[in-house]
Amino acid sequence: MTGAPSETIKQTLDDPRLQLAIYTASGRLMDHRATAVSAGALPEYQDLRTQANLIKKHTIENLDYYLEQLEANVLAHGGQVIFCKDGEEVADFVLGLAKKNDARLIVKSKSMTSEEIHFNERLEHHHLEAVETDLGEYILQLAHQRPYHIVAPALHMTRYDVADVFTKRLGVEKEVVPENQTKIARAVLREKFLQADIGVTGANFLIADSGAVVVVENEGNARLSSSTPKIHIAVAGIEKLIPRAQDLAVFLDLLGRSATGQPLTVYTSFLSGPRRGEEVDGPDQFYLVLLDNGRTKLLTDPEKRQSLYCIRCGACLNHCPVYRKIGGHNYPWVYSGPIGAIITPQFHSITEDGWLPFASSLCGACAEVCPVKIEIPKLLLKLRSEVTEAKRRQGAGGLERLAFQMFAWVMAHPKIYLLAGRMGALLAPLVPPVGPLKKWASQRTLPRPAKQSFHQLWAARKSK
Amino acid sequence: MKVSLFVTCVVDQVFPQVGIAMAEVLERLGYEVDFPQDQTCCGQPAFNSGYPEEARTVARHFLDVFRDSEYVVVPSGSCTSMITHHYEEIFKDDSKRLEETHRLAPRVWEFSRFLLEVAKAEDVGARYDGVVTYHDSCHALRELRIKNGPRRLLAKVDGLTLREMDAAEECCGFGGTFSIKFPEVSGAMARTKIDSIRKTEASAVVSIDSSCLMQLQGVIDRLGLPIRTLHLAEVLASR
Amino acid sequence: MPAPLSAPLLRGPRFNRDLYVQTFVQRFEKLGGKAFVVPDAAAAIPQLAALLDGKRVVASNAPFLKACGITGLTQVESGFTDRDALRDACAAADIGITSADYALAETGTLVMLSSRQEARLISLLPPVHVAIVPRSRILANLDELLSVLSKPAEQSSSMVLITGPSRTADIEQILVRGVHGPGEIYAVIVEN
Repeated sequence: MTGAPSETIKQTLDDPRLQLAIYTASGRLMDHRATAVSAGALPEYQDLRTQANLIKKHTIENLDYYLEQLEANVLAHGGQVIFCKDGEEVADFVLGLAKKNDARLIVKSKSMTSEEIHFNERLEHHHLEAVETDLGEYILQLAHQRPYHIVAPALHMTRYDVADVFTKRLGVEKEVVPENQTKIARAVLREKFLQADIGVTGANFLIADSGAVVVVENEGNARLSSSTPKIHIAVAGIEKLIPRAQDLAVFLDLLGRSATGQPLTVYTSFLSGPRRGEEVDGPDQFYLVLLDNGRTKLLTDPEKRQSLYCIRCGACLNHCPVYRKIGGHNYPWVYSGPIGAIITPQFHSITEDGWLPFASSLCGACAEVCPVKIEIPKLLLKLRSEVTEAKRRQGAGGLERLAFQMFAWVMAHPKIYLLAGRMGALLAPLVPPVGPLKKWASQRTLPRPAKQSFHQLWAARKSK
Repeated sequence: MKVSLFVTCVVDQVFPQVGIAMAEVLERLGYEVDFPQDQTCCGQPAFNSGYPEEARTVARHFLDVFRDSEYVVVPSGSCTSMITHHYEEIFKDDSKRLEETHRLAPRVWEFSRFLLEVAKAEDVGARYDGVVTYHDSCHALRELRIKNGPRRLLAKVDGLTLREMDAAEECCGFGGTFSIKFPEVSGAMARTKIDSIRKTEASAVVSIDSSCLMQLQGVIDRLGLPIRTLHLAEVLASR
Repeated sequence: MPAPLSAPLLRGPRFNRDLYVQTFVQRFEKLGGKAFVVPDAAAAIPQLAALLDGKRVVASNAPFLKACGITGLTQVESGFTDRDALRDACAAADIGITSADYALAETGTLVMLSSRQEARLISLLPPVHVAIVPRSRILANLDELLSVLSKPAEQSSSMVLITGPSRTADIEQILVRGVHGPGEIYAVIVEN
């Protein structure tokens, strides 16, 4: 389909090692999730999903109210809130802050939001070093690559790939054992944590009634990023809000289980500002950067704004048969899989990414596992009609539109339908596979129309 | 008791034997089977390709053809759910047609569900000697919540052994125009499914959706494998 | 003002209170930690003697640790109130010993609020973390924690839930422990 990265998709499909890596990694995450939400482990799973959906719906529909509450509470605890329209404003803020505080080194924990705005690249040319500290993200940063998956960023790399990257970029001797590779990264990054001037984290949730950010992780790098440097900046999309700390009981139960099958990740940090009173350690300054970057645009669409409920668990990716074949790098944006397919055309342009909503068989596996019940197939269908409409306005896609208009006309006129059917049956053996048929035929033998349609067989049957 | 058949355009043009099999089973159970001649299609291909207006045209015709049917029985999960789950969206701005949908949709039944819940028949007197495996087609599974029904019906077929495949619930890769727009991905998805089928060493794969079977058969033939694709109706009709 | 949201969904405990210790130990060990149950504060040190022998240890200022005699041991440094000194000590230490504000039985979780008594880095920088916790602080689960502590932000700038040793599966999905946080964790539950 036009616009789709057909070449790279084909390369991915033809790479057996990569296919196996994607299939087994996502398969494992699927299994872990299934165990964690099974009737034995979590009998109230469906109730939690319903509740999470309602809370998100309520919050998104009253976002301005909760943003105000959030800001007031952050300020009350000694932090500051910076609203940023886009990545440029975020970079300006961070650069200004770094200059004011003579900062040279930033340590970063995993944040898809920061990937979205190319945070590291924006800071690169300003004598400011920003180091990724999540192991997978660190490897990717050294390799100059994009994340492959929301939760498992280096899913596509082998230990040999990692060994190459470390040797080339860190100058260490070739090391292929994952445990030792981890030790290397730990040692390098520990130095960075201890020397860093600023720590940047994302936020899985923003808590309005507490002025707090919640960060979940397994490695400890988010805790370190927010505890050793004197300045902590949390960057989060405005849609990460939930109203109350007590709502975490629902969301944390769903997030870990849906993402990796863990009832709770190793570390869950609930951070509400700089250190207080007699606390011995913690940052002196706390900044909450709230990012729009197009989210307010989605808020205005009552049908599609449920796309903003996403808590970035990655379950939809793991269950998507298309993602499991084409992998994360064939999606045009940092968000891949079904969630990427619905938000990318909404954040960017419906025509530029117009192929994306069609790269789905509408199997519905994603909607079945989404912890916040986003109706992904429904939104894909909605986006498809928006794409065809946009094409029509641009004067493109005329041939396909004509084909479907003919389809509708034939199907609304039974006698024409019957005639067309029989002509098809007669001519089919003569039709060479060309155009769209050729592509279909490349994968499979074409089905043959039956010699007699059911209509004909029935008529014959009746006459007996 | 009278039931109307909506055979679907795929069965009509490519697998008419499925429609005949469905009729035979229903007649065996004592139903008088009617086939409204003017039927064509439910409109799904247009709807799924982003042409709701064109889908509406076809859907209106469907509502007209089956207006007076007491029961409409359909050998397809996806066509059934198109009518019972998506006509709502298609006619949301047309109150008259919406009302017609509300009146007709409850009378539209996927074939296996009709047998179990209306005819209340689990054993339809069928005989099929062989090992089969079952493919859970996506719309049937996730929109109509059909999972155990067909398996219960297969369990009562004399001589039949059902062997479950890993990933029975994984999509076959058809997705209508998806298979034309993304043929390589569609083919890769089918091959993964077929690997799963081969592991069971079944000689046939059964489903309640002919489009899935058409997709799988195409790749099976390309690979030259000795696996048949059978609609549930064909199995239940065999003696 | 938006229409009010329904009350938060907080579920009750799945187990009887007298099973809390057992459940906590089970879950904690399933995560890869080691848990011990001792009858009283005096029994804590003997339990940990072998582990602490010859090691550099930093302990928090929690009064409970003093009651257990931890701060009296020669290899233990504690009483830090200066951030930089604490950090340097933790960076060099082999073991960090803390108490915990709460523990959650169902998930084997330690809950730590940052305060004058409990610094953040002691349970984070050293490669081994030991938590000595009175039994009375064990709650059922996260829901109970949030019932007891509905606004953690009012207590502290940082509340951390620690559920197992630091880990990653980023390279070929292979599980490796002790990435940035402690790779070995111990819990000593004191019954009285």
